[in-house]
Amino acid sequence: MDETAKVTLPRLGGKAPDFEAVTTQGTFKLEDFKGTWLILFSHPADFTPVCTTEFIAFAEIYEELKKRNVALLGLSVDSVPSHIAWVRNVEEKMGVEIPFPVIADLNKEIAMRYGMIHPDQSKTETVRCVFIIDPEGIVRAMLYYPLTTGRNMSEILRVIDALQTTDKNKVATPANWKPGDPVIVPPPTTQEAAKERLEQGYECKDWYLCKKKL
Amino acid sequence: MPCISADGKLTSDGRMRLERLKAVKAVSAEEIVSVTGEPLFKVRRSLRELKTAGYVEESEGKYTVTEQGLKALNE
Repeated sequence: MDETAKVTLPRLGGKAPDFEAVTTQGTFKLEDFKGTWLILFSHPADFTPVCTTEFIAFAEIYEELKKRNVALLGLSVDSVPSHIAWVRNVEEKMGVEIPFPVIADLNKEIAMRYGMIHPDQSKTETVRCVFIIDPEGIVRAMLYYPLTTGRNMSEILRVIDALQTTDKNKVATPANWKPGDPVIVPPPTTQEAAKERLEQGYECKDWYLCKKKL
Repeated sequence: MPCISADGKLTSDGRMRLERLKAVKAVSAEEIVSVTGEPLFKVRRSLRELKTAGYVEESEGKYTVTEQGLKALNE
């Protein structure tokens, strides 16, 4: 890897770094995903155990993501032939079809743009990243997991549900929120509004912490 | 599947897409998705490939088959 190549880190609320990527299903650009949510995730290497369990897990939530208008796109620095061989192996040995495209980021260009290489974990492989990008191309959530720890699909789905609920209803979601739970009403921004808040019929602990059922 | 093969020829997927486009007047990627149910990102990619190859042209977000595209379908 060129140590002088620019490493950037996406920021929440900022535009997702642009890319044009060779994948197992052809070449895609980030702009192709405009109008849909996108989960871009990275894994360290093909034909490795934790990554294989994660690919199977991502495949298992693929239909749930589709229902939520979410596209799924994987990435590692392995080649297209390696990706193809691996997904064929997963299908043959484990009976799971991998329906989403996987980027072959051989020159690590996309990995560098998205801050996926963490040299203290690995100088050559991407760590386990998840970027949730909204239909306008804005980065809404990021997860960075170490090489040793597989990600949790329930949490990824939960974050998608939470973000989509926030966008639709202009609310926030509390700790451990799941669909159906009360949501957080945006706190008052003036003294006058704070004074009125406790009389507005919400379930309040205090003027700044109020919930409601959707 | 990509619409154009490595040697620049229409793939079966590309041929199918051109046939569908030929059957309608100018159509957008979103309109194609509403009929076929495919992922929007795949439709956009396919239309871009066909446009780069000269088989479709785009105006204000709507795509139509070109003379070159019609010729490719007849080959």
